[in-house]
Amino acid sequence: MMKAIVNVFLKAGVLDAQGKAVHHALTSLHFNNVSNVRVGKQIIFSLDEKDEKKAMTAVTKMCEELLANTVIEDYTIELIK
Amino acid sequence: MKVTILQFPGTNCEYDTEHAFKSLGADTEILWHKSQSVPSDTDLLVVAGGFSYGDYLRSGAIAKFSPVMKAVINYANNGGKVLGICNGFQVLTEAGLLPGALKRNESLHFLSKHHTLKVVNNDNIFLKELNKDDVLNVPIAHHDGNYYIDEDGLKELYANNQVLLKYCDEKGNEKNPNGSVDSIAGICNKEKNVFGLMPHPERAMEKILGSDDGVKMLQGFFKA
Repeated sequence: MMKAIVNVFLKAGVLDAQGKAVHHALTSLHFNNVSNVRVGKQIIFSLDEKDEKKAMTAVTKMCEELLANTVIEDYTIELIK
Repeated sequence: MKVTILQFPGTNCEYDTEHAFKSLGADTEILWHKSQSVPSDTDLLVVAGGFSYGDYLRSGAIAKFSPVMKAVINYANNGGKVLGICNGFQVLTEAGLLPGALKRNESLHFLSKHHTLKVVNNDNIFLKELNKDDVLNVPIAHHDGNYYIDEDGLKELYANNQVLLKYCDEKGNEKNPNGSVDSIAGICNKEKNVFGLMPHPERAMEKILGSDDGVKMLQGFFKA
């Protein structure tokens, strides 16, 4: 069993309105040293696979086909044995 | 004229859409997403608005894998006419039948109100009953209507007259409610048989309900 952690964020250059709103809220709470706030989502699941390479191939395919919309989003994959 | 209307779990505009097309004289059929095929007598396939699969993950992201979508993609690739309204537009972009994507509204608010739209291109079956620069009053109701396409994609849309509708004020000056690139409200594919828009023409069919500008839009499909 392997654990996969997928993070999905809007691409750099695509305006992240939620990130902007969170940044604004943080500023109004006087956290003035904050910048570049991005709001994304995290998808965590277990994978019945021992081979890390195969797991990475499978999860990449999941991201391309479903978990991210690659027109507007980037993704990162973390695998934990 | 036979209009087939797709229904996913969470679709909620299928009956309004059916009512609108019936009022124009069409035969209609509501097609459950488990169907493996599109009825062969279909003249127009409508992907109706709503919240398919609760908008989980992203609007339209799960619906694109419904059993019926393979048939829909085949139907479109063979030249069949497809119209996606609101969530239907989102489903069609997710399925790759239309370019670009729909993001969360820039204000982060769900917008539900009448909005004016300007006809940008009418050299297509959908808007041919209208003139360029006509201003239409049509309701919008969406949370994820912020149309995004990259610069190259946008150039291509303009080059092929694929930008159909833009948000505007009552005088036709651009006015952007949701942050869409160039205030785009509706587009079509290069082949001009797949159409998508965020506003709801099926909710603008009678003056007593605020506007009947949707009639001229949907009528386009009746006159080949």
